Amino acid sequence: MLTGIFSYAVFFSCVVLILSILTLGLNLQWGFTGLFNAGIAGFYAIGAYTHAILTAAPQPQFLGNFGLPWIVGIAAATAATALAAWLIGLLTIRLRGDYLAITSFGIAVTIQLVTLNWEALTGGSQGLSRIPKPLAGTFDSPLAFNLWYLALLAAVVGLLYWGLERIVRSPWGRVLRAIREDETAALALGKSARRFRLEAFVLGAALMGLAGALYVSFIGFVSPFDFLPILTFQVWAMLIVGGSGNNRGALLGALVVWGIWAAAGALVAKLVPPSHAAQGAAVQVILIGLALVLVLLYRPRGLIGERAVVSRHADG
Amino acid sequence: MIAQALADGLFTGAIIALGAIGVSYTLQILRFANFAHSELLTWGAYLALVFVAFAGPGTPTGPLSFGWQLVAAAFLAALLTGVLAWAVDALVFSRLRRQGAHHLTMVFAAFGAALVLRNLVVLFWGHESRYYTRELQMAFEVLPGVRILPDQVFILLLTLAVVVVLYVFLAYSRTGMAMRAAAENPALAQACGIRVEAVVRATWILSGALAALAGVFTGLTPQLHPEIGFNLLLALFAAAILGGIGSLPGAVVGGLLVGLAENLSLLVINPGYKTAMPFLLLLAVLLARPQGIFGEKR
Repeated sequence: MLTGIFSYAVFFSCVVLILSILTLGLNLQWGFTGLFNAGIAGFYAIGAYTHAILTAAPQPQFLGNFGLPWIVGIAAATAATALAAWLIGLLTIRLRGDYLAITSFGIAVTIQLVTLNWEALTGGSQGLSRIPKPLAGTFDSPLAFNLWYLALLAAVVGLLYWGLERIVRSPWGRVLRAIREDETAALALGKSARRFRLEAFVLGAALMGLAGALYVSFIGFVSPFDFLPILTFQVWAMLIVGGSGNNRGALLGALVVWGIWAAAGALVAKLVPPSHAAQGAAVQVILIGLALVLVLLYRPRGLIGERAVVSRHADG
Repeated sequence: MIAQALADGLFTGAIIALGAIGVSYTLQILRFANFAHSELLTWGAYLALVFVAFAGPGTPTGPLSFGWQLVAAAFLAALLTGVLAWAVDALVFSRLRRQGAHHLTMVFAAFGAALVLRNLVVLFWGHESRYYTRELQMAFEVLPGVRILPDQVFILLLTLAVVVVLYVFLAYSRTGMAMRAAAENPALAQACGIRVEAVVRATWILSGALAALAGVFTGLTPQLHPEIGFNLLLALFAAAILGGIGSLPGAVVGGLLVGLAENLSLLVINPGYKTAMPFLLLLAVLLARPQGIFGEKR
């Protein structure tokens, strides 16, 4: 019983850490730069599938499945996602803000179609399995592997948090916030808003791709149903509830929202008879949608929002 | 083959156009991409289903698979969906506007509203496909190799009539003129004494009503499910931007082009990729002419 709870806690923490990488990426895009990414699930899927296709054990019916080392998959997944974001950004970042939302939503829809239909590469709706887990051979139980993976994820998230904190406090990060607050003023100071935005968008998307790769090498399996549009919404909920513009808010939001989501799922499963499972799931989504709109209306800063920065030269 | 694809494209295009008009006006007048618009299509379709459940789809009239009751249900649903769109605005968007929220915060709120609306449909009506009518109808051959259903012809003509009425309304009525003024230059419109809140209300009611008609027509060919609207969302955005936002002829032409592109693409690509076509078209427009066909450079 206790080991059951403990191994669930380890698994839950791993998922939260992977989601928090997505939230950190979105925070760079939205929280610090004001870019609306409505295709988080798509970028996550690009990373996940790139990793799966490169590292999965070879099978004759698939084009990919190259069986490359884990670290190559991770690096390539991050790079491939960055490339996709760069292409989209190049086209839309110069236009009004919600066009980026529409095109990034479009890329998520398109990626999902590709994962469903290009069976020779992606395995279609069956997905790809036999994706190697890093150092899996050295552990004798799934729990031991999960503990090691938890440590790995904690290290990655810690490193990313530290790096992002450094970045947003650097001159580059200050320019991002300057552009978000007042683009004209930033332009007048000679900063190319378009270039800075594109850089922030690509970097944020690269983190999402990394999260996707870390997810598949944790689960060992990938299918199109891991990347439904609802995921995009959940990550947004995490950032808004936690407090956008604050990296600690992003981490806290991932924990709180995923915790509520999992608890609501368990509760619905207990209370609602299996014959009405679809309705139960709908209630779960409606509650999170309502929670989010209410936070936007009544507590737009989230749990811990961005710290107001006032020049130390300003009077009182 | 090509002629059949053109006929089918024209037909889907007409439905997309009806939905895209509302998207186009919210993009221009309310200045945000309304991701909840697709759910108005779904709600319209299901509200009409409620009326059909009471009155029945009617005895098939002529070659059509339904009678006047379904048409009446569609218009009642359009009215109610208009009210629904306005209610969502009053509950969510207008409050955010008053708080001076960023227009991207509105996009996000729309995301939330869409999720709630879509899942309410699942909650009330379930995931199963539904039908307005079980009548079968025969396609007839208008040209060698081109088969169309009588229902499709009816829908196409009704869409045409609605667009003409809307055009006259926008061109000559006071509300219509106020809407066009607000679409062109909101600040100037306000300075001329146009009540912006009234324009916003009219925009929502119109968008909702047109979306509902698009939803009923989609549900008629051939079935309803909770994602009929959501599956069209990208096509609606593509059509509105392709035509040029805030322009009625733009939304109609954009809708027809998106419908044609989708159906013509089936001649060369795997049908599984059909829903990605609007996206490719959208990228091409954003690359070549981001203001759209009828839009002016600003």
